[in-house]
Amino acid sequence: MTTRDNKSKLMSAEEAVGRLVKDGDLVALGGFTVSRNPMTLAREIIRQGKKDLHLAVHSQGQAMDLLVGAGCVRRLEIAYGGTGRFAPTCIRFRQAVQKGLIEIEDYSNFQMSLRFLAGSLNLPFIPCRSGVGSDILEKWGFSAEVRSSEAKLPIHKALVSPNPFSPRQEPVVFLPALTPDVALVHVQYASADGITRIKGLKFLDQEQVRAASRVIVSCEEVVPAAFLRQDPDQNAFPPFLVDAVVHAPLGAHPTACHLFYDYDPRHLNMYRQQAGADETFHQYLKDWVFDAPDQETYLGQVGAVDLTRIRANTQLGYAPGLDRR
Amino acid sequence: MNPAYTNKEMMALAAGRLVGDGDILFAGTGLSMLAATVAKRIHAPEAVVFFETGGIDPALEELPLAVADPRVMSGTSLNSGLIEAFAILGHRRLRTISFLGAAQIDAYGNINSTCLGDYHRPKVRFPGSGGACDAMSQAHAVILFMQHERKRFVDKLDYQTSPGWLSGGDAREKAGLQRGGPMAVVTNLGVLRFDNETKRMYLDECFPGVTPEEVADNTAFALDISRAGQSAPPSPAELTALREQVDPQRLILGPLPA
Repeated sequence: MTTRDNKSKLMSAEEAVGRLVKDGDLVALGGFTVSRNPMTLAREIIRQGKKDLHLAVHSQGQAMDLLVGAGCVRRLEIAYGGTGRFAPTCIRFRQAVQKGLIEIEDYSNFQMSLRFLAGSLNLPFIPCRSGVGSDILEKWGFSAEVRSSEAKLPIHKALVSPNPFSPRQEPVVFLPALTPDVALVHVQYASADGITRIKGLKFLDQEQVRAASRVIVSCEEVVPAAFLRQDPDQNAFPPFLVDAVVHAPLGAHPTACHLFYDYDPRHLNMYRQQAGADETFHQYLKDWVFDAPDQETYLGQVGAVDLTRIRANTQLGYAPGLDRR
Repeated sequence: MNPAYTNKEMMALAAGRLVGDGDILFAGTGLSMLAATVAKRIHAPEAVVFFETGGIDPALEELPLAVADPRVMSGTSLNSGLIEAFAILGHRRLRTISFLGAAQIDAYGNINSTCLGDYHRPKVRFPGSGGACDAMSQAHAVILFMQHERKRFVDKLDYQTSPGWLSGGDAREKAGLQRGGPMAVVTNLGVLRFDNETKRMYLDECFPGVTPEEVADNTAFALDISRAGQSAPPSPAELTALREQVDPQRLILGPLPA
């Protein structure tokens, strides 16, 4: 561990994943579809052969799809699996569900948001009005038997019950809280001691981090704590909740990271083509995960031309005029 | 003579015409982006577009291709997150209008965006609810986009991802949903709405060149076509706004008409 002082949480992706992600863990992934997916960390999980992971996400794209495709995932709780126009439904996710390779439980985005929020506040459950009359409440992906035998799962997916505070007693939905073993998020800035700053949209990263037992943050830039302390209104998580800070420039590639780079249309289109068949998908894993064991090698393979093409305009936060077909 | 136009252009404009000035628009991507943006450019400059990811009122100088596209974070009045976006979606003082697409729809506007076949071992898996179930549960109103085919306009959904008018009449209110529900379905053939009393879908407008019978033929459930009128074709001003200001790269509109 290359520490300059004993408060430093800086470590390599290899060390962070090796120490903090265990087989069978309930793992929350930050980001959203094509933005700020923790890709460097996901590739490291695949290289280390982690298995039987239970992913909990709201709307996830590339990191979820790669982990599912690589066979690291046994269970998935999810609201949405897609990367916008590049894969309206994530490709390995779709195949895994259709072939019955993973156990899946569907919720809505608001429901998953509330479940993480409840977990972050130490609430046992949380009510809402979303979903009454839908099959999301009627159809359970995880059976009652699985739920009663697995300590990490609540015994019910959700319950509909009369509003106890209303004279009309109208039905409301009760959702179980979600408390992940570990949350993986990629942010723009962090200090070695775990102060973090997210630019652009925060999605649900703050709730996911606060609900988790362990937290790995990867970041574009490691900056002095004094810089982040000058404008603390901008900071994201309590630093003492962060267990590891991984310096991973372009650590969300091929998804976007506001102010740093856009999503990479060429890479995402290539992925779509290769993910369709097992053989080409395994070639993708070989080329982009196993034969690129660290971030520098990976970025070398992406190449300076494509990295320059997606570099964000510092005022707009994305790459204007990027060919996104 | 009116200029030539494509189905996608007609759909985006027909949906955009349903937007009121000052509406708060919960936008997805694809056609819904076009509808929201073109309405703002033409007749609803005070309408505000926001995204479930937390981007509120972005400049949209380029079209986002996903609701987490960095283009929804640029020139906004507020960058926030999912919790904040859902606080807007269901707010009682706001006329939030949501745009959604789906794989299947039934006669009461309930929709499926999860799977075809058995849920536990589906023939085809789709992305899932995302915020669709939440918008159908809590927005002031929802505008749905559909391709008009018998396999999509079905008697019974394979999976009911999001509640529309449920079994019709007052079923939605009885179920505990306080407001909202689908207000219109915009397809490649026309615009459908829901009867005030029964909440069953009927054909409101056919697009130019489409007959009511053609719409009924492409609908697997019995469809009331007795009230059908004709949609106005796109005006030159509408087409210009859509093509030159909203999607000049034709990322969503696709090829120009032949």
